[in-house]
Amino acid sequence: MLRRTPRRKPRSRRRWHERAITQARDCGLLGADILGSGRRLEVKIKQGAGAFVCGEETALIHSIEGQRGMPRPRPPYPVTRGLFGRPTVINNVETMANLPGLFRMGPEAFAALGTAGSKGTKVFALSGQISRTGLVEVAMGEPLRRIVEEIGGGVPEGHVFKAVQIGGPSGGCLPGPQLDIPVDYESLKTVGAMVGSGGLVVMDERACMVDVARYFMDFIQREGCGKCIPCREGTRQLLAILDSLGRGRRREEPAGALERFQGLISLERLARVIQDSSLCGLGQSARNPVLSTLRWFRAEYEAHAYDRRCPAKVCPELLLYEIEEDLCNGCTVCARKCPAEAIVGSRKSPHHIIAEKCRGCGSCLTACPSGAIKVS
Amino acid sequence: MQVTINNRPAEAREGETILELARREGHAIPTLCHMKGLLPSGACRICVVEVEGQKGLLPACSHPVQDGMVIQTHSARAVETRKTLVELLLANHPDDCLYCVRSGTCELQDLARAYGVRRRRWPAGLRHHSLDVSSPALVRDPDKCILCGKCVRACEEVMGVAAIDFTHGGSWTVIAPAYGGDLNRSPCIGCGQCIVVCPTGALRERSQLDRVCAALADPELTVVIQHAPAVSVSIAEELDLPGGQDFNPQLVAALRLLGFEYVFDTGFSADLTIMEEAAELVRRIKLGGPLPMFTSCSPGWVRWVEQARPELLPNLSTCKSPQQMMGAVIKSWFAQRKNLDPAKIFSVSVMPCTAKKAEAGRPEHAREGRADVDAVLTVRELARLIRQRGIHIQELKPEHADLPLGMRSTAGRLFGGTGGVMEAALRTAWILLTGEDSPPLRVAALHGQDGVKFATIEAGGVKLQVAVANGLRHAQTLLGEIAAGKHPELQFVEVMTCPGGCVGGGGQPIHKDGEHALERRQERINALHRIDDEGMLRRSHRNWAVNELYREFLGEPLSEKSHELLHVHRTPVLDEEDALV
Ligand SMILES: Cc1cc2nc3c(=O)[nH]c(=O)nc-3n(C[C@H](O)[C@H](O)[C@H](O)COP(=O)(O)O)c2cc1C
Ligand code: SF4
Ligand code: SF4
Ligand code: SF4
Ligand code: SF4
Repeated sequence: MLRRTPRRKPRSRRRWHERAITQARDCGLLGADILGSGRRLEVKIKQGAGAFVCGEETALIHSIEGQRGMPRPRPPYPVTRGLFGRPTVINNVETMANLPGLFRMGPEAFAALGTAGSKGTKVFALSGQISRTGLVEVAMGEPLRRIVEEIGGGVPEGHVFKAVQIGGPSGGCLPGPQLDIPVDYESLKTVGAMVGSGGLVVMDERACMVDVARYFMDFIQREGCGKCIPCREGTRQLLAILDSLGRGRRREEPAGALERFQGLISLERLARVIQDSSLCGLGQSARNPVLSTLRWFRAEYEAHAYDRRCPAKVCPELLLYEIEEDLCNGCTVCARKCPAEAIVGSRKSPHHIIAEKCRGCGSCLTACPSGAIKVS
Repeated sequence: MQVTINNRPAEAREGETILELARREGHAIPTLCHMKGLLPSGACRICVVEVEGQKGLLPACSHPVQDGMVIQTHSARAVETRKTLVELLLANHPDDCLYCVRSGTCELQDLARAYGVRRRRWPAGLRHHSLDVSSPALVRDPDKCILCGKCVRACEEVMGVAAIDFTHGGSWTVIAPAYGGDLNRSPCIGCGQCIVVCPTGALRERSQLDRVCAALADPELTVVIQHAPAVSVSIAEELDLPGGQDFNPQLVAALRLLGFEYVFDTGFSADLTIMEEAAELVRRIKLGGPLPMFTSCSPGWVRWVEQARPELLPNLSTCKSPQQMMGAVIKSWFAQRKNLDPAKIFSVSVMPCTAKKAEAGRPEHAREGRADVDAVLTVRELARLIRQRGIHIQELKPEHADLPLGMRSTAGRLFGGTGGVMEAALRTAWILLTGEDSPPLRVAALHGQDGVKFATIEAGGVKLQVAVANGLRHAQTLLGEIAAGKHPELQFVEVMTCPGGCVGGGGQPIHKDGEHALERRQERINALHRIDDEGMLRRSHRNWAVNELYREFLGEPLSEKSHELLHVHRTPVLDEEDALV
C-alpha cells in the first residue's frame, strides 16, 4: 500500500539561487541598467512553505502578499489585477528556461518543434518501476510509449507494465494500450490525464489502481486550501468512498456493503460536481486520479467493490492469509510476529490463521522462513 | 449589453456581476458567502449558474456579465450541483436543527429544504471540533460552521480586529483564533458582528436567558430591567413585524407582562452619561487636555483601545457606559429610595449588543463583590422570551416606564445611532461652554452612515471641533489621521464599535439576506430621529429625573459621588509582551 501523509519538506535552495543572482548581476544581466540598455530588471526570490495549493496563481499571489494561500475567483485575472493589485505575469520556471533556446533558435525554429497546439519541448520526470529514472526532455507530441520504453527502458526484468501516472497529483493514470498517445496538452486531456507538472510515474503489476487513486485523493484532500465547499468536502467524500472499497468485512458496519456499492455509483456524479464548481484548478482537476483509474481499470474497482478482492494483492484488508500445512514446519515464528494474535498452533505442528482475527498486515508472510504463507 | 437570462432578454450594466443582474431582474440565486459591499470571495459555490459555451459552471457572485451571455440560473446541472453542495455540507454537520438557536433563521436549513435534501448520501460523517465557550459575549460552535468565511471578513474587513481566521488546510480547515486558541485569548472584542453575518448556528450570543428566568421565578428577588435606546426600534423585526417603527410603550407593557417588577429606560442613564461626559469635556478643554476626548459608551471600542492602543487610554472619557451607570444607580439611589437591599435586586438589561455582556462582567462594574448589572440579554434573546409567552407586542396597550429611572430626554434616545451621542452631548456641552441654552439641535454633518464625519460648531467665541467614527475600522482610520497630525484641533470624538452604531449592533435581529443591512440600519436610525423630532424634552440637562438624582444623591456632575458610581479608572488589559494586536 502506498504510504499516506506525505510530509512537506521545504528544502532550502536559497544559496544556489542567491549565487545565480549574484552571477547574473556580475554579468550585467540584472540591475538598474542591464547590458547598457537603460532597462531595469531585478530578481527576488520568495520562498514558500511548500503547500501544493500555493502553486495556483492567485493563491501564490496571496502567499507572497503575506496572506493565507487561498485562491480567489478569476476574473479579474492576474494580468489585470495581481500582486499587490498590480498587473502580474506568472510563469513556471521551465517556461522561463525555454526563453534562451527560443531566442537562440528564433521563434520559427522553436515552433517547428512539437505539435500544432503544443509547441516546443517538455521536460518529464520519469520515476517509479522503470529501468532508467530521471529528467528527460522531449519534443511535444512524442508518443508516450517512446518515453516509457525507449528512453526509460521499460519496467524492470520480470515485471509487467501496468500503468503510467502522468501530470502530478491531479494527473491521470493510463494503461498499456494508451501508450501510443502523443504527449501534448490536447491529446492527454482526451484520455483524462494532463501534462501538468510533467511527472511520469510508471507502475507495474504490483500496483493496485484503487490504492493509487486513494493515495492521490488523500494528498489532494489534505493539500487543498479548504476555501470552497466542493473541493473541501467533496474530496473528503471521494477519499471515504475509495477507503470503503478497500475495507474488509471485519471493519465494516452492517450498512457498509450497500454504502460501498452506492459509493461506486456516486463517485462519478460527485467527481463531476467537484470539477464543475470548484474555485481553482486544484479542485477542478481533483477528479483525474479517480476517474482515469475508474475508466481504464474498472474491472479492478469492481473486484474490490463486489468481490472484496484486490487483484494486485495490495489492499491489506482484502487479503486472505492462509498457511499451507504441507510447508509449515511449526517453527512458531509467524505466531510470535502476528500483532493480532491471529495465528494458532503448537510447536512442530502446522499452524493456522484465524481469518476473523487477521488484519492482513503481512507480518507472517515476511517472517515465515519456509514460505508456507499463502496470500489470495 | 444585451444578455439572456432564464430565456428572457435583459439589459446588463457594464461591470455588473451575474448575481447583481439576476437579482435586479428578479431571478433568485442563493448565496452563502456573499457580502454586499466587499469583494466577492467565491468560497461557497452555491451561486454557480450555467452559461452557454462555458465548460464548468460560473460563480454568479464574482463573474462579470459579458455581452451576449446566455445564462440559466436553475438549469438541471446547476440545481443538481447546488443540491450536492448542500448534501456535502450536511454530511459534515450535526443533525441539530431541533436544538439549534438558528433553526428557522438558518440559511443552510433553508437551502436543504429548498433543494429537497432527504438523505445522507455521503459516507464520511461529522468531523468534531470542540465548542468554544471562553468568551463572555459569544459561543463558537465549529461543528456547525460551513466555512463561508463571512465572520472572518466581518471581523477583519468590517471591524478591523481580525480575531479569527481560517486555520489548518484541506478538509481539516477550521475557523479559529490564532494558534487554534480560544476567543478569550484572542483580540476579540465581543462585538458580535460575526454572529450577525453567520448563516448558521456556528456563532451565537452567550445566552443568559436561563439566569433571567430563574431570577424571575425567585420570590426573594426584585427583578428590574432596563432597555437600550436601539432596542424598541428593532425588536419588531425579530418578532416578524415590519421594521422602522418604535415600539417603546408596547415593549414596556410586554416587559411587565413577563414579570419584571420595574421597567427602566437606558435613555435615562444616557442623559446621565451626557451630563458627566459634557462636564468632563468642558473640564478637559479648560484644563488643557488630554484631547481629543473619545466617548466610552461602546464597550467593544473600550476593549480594543485597552488591548491594541493602550497609550490612548488617557484620552478615553472616564465615564461608564449608560448600561453601567444605570446599573450603579439602580443598586444605590433607587435601592435607597425604595428601601431595597441591593443584594436582593436582580438587574437585567436588554441591549442591541453582545459586548455589553462582557462589559457587565468586568470587575470595575461591581461594588462589594456584586455586579451592578446581573444579566444582559440581546434583542434576540428578549424576543425569544416574548415569543415563548405568546405575547403579541403590537396588540398591547402602551405603558410608561417606571419613574424616575424611566424618564429620558429624546437626546438620550439618539444614543442608538451613529452621531447620536455627539448630537446629544453638544446640546449639553453648549450651555456649559457658552452659558446659553440655545444649542443647534440637529447637526446635519453628523447624520448618515459615512465612516468618519466631522463638524465644527462656533458661537459666542467658542469653537468646538468634533468627529464621529461610525464603526471600529473607521475609528482606526481616524486614529491614523490624528497620529499623522491631520486634525490638530479635534476636541471630541464619538466612536461606535458597530457599523451604524447600536442600531447595527451584534445583538440585533438577524436577517437571512444581509443584502439590506445598510437600509435596515438607516430605518432604525430614522425611527430614532423621528422620536427626537417629535419630542418635547430634547436636552439631557432638562431631564427632571436626572436633575433630581443630582439634587438628592450625586450633588453635581464629576462630584466625588459621581466618580465613585459613574466613572472608572482605565488600565490596559494586557502588558506589552502579551499584547496581541
Ligand atoms: C493546485 C495547483 C498547483 C500548481 N502548482 C504549480 C507549481 O508547483 N509550479 C508551477 O510552476 N505551476 C503550478 N501551477 C500552475 C500555476 O498556477 C500557473 O498556472 C503556471 O505556473 C503558469 O505558468 P506557465 O504558463 O509558464 O506554465 C499550479 C496550479 C494549480 C491549480
Ligand atoms: S478548489 Fe480546493 S484548493 Fe482550490 S480554492 Fe477550492 S478548496 Fe481551495
Ligand atoms: S446551523 Fe442550521 S442546519 Fe445546522 S443545526 Fe442549526 S439550524 Fe440546523
Ligand atoms: S465578536 Fe467581533 S471581534 Fe470578536 S470575533 Fe466576532 S467580529 Fe471579531
Ligand atoms: S462561523 Fe458562521 S460565518 Fe463564520 S465561516 Fe462558519 S458559518 Fe461562516
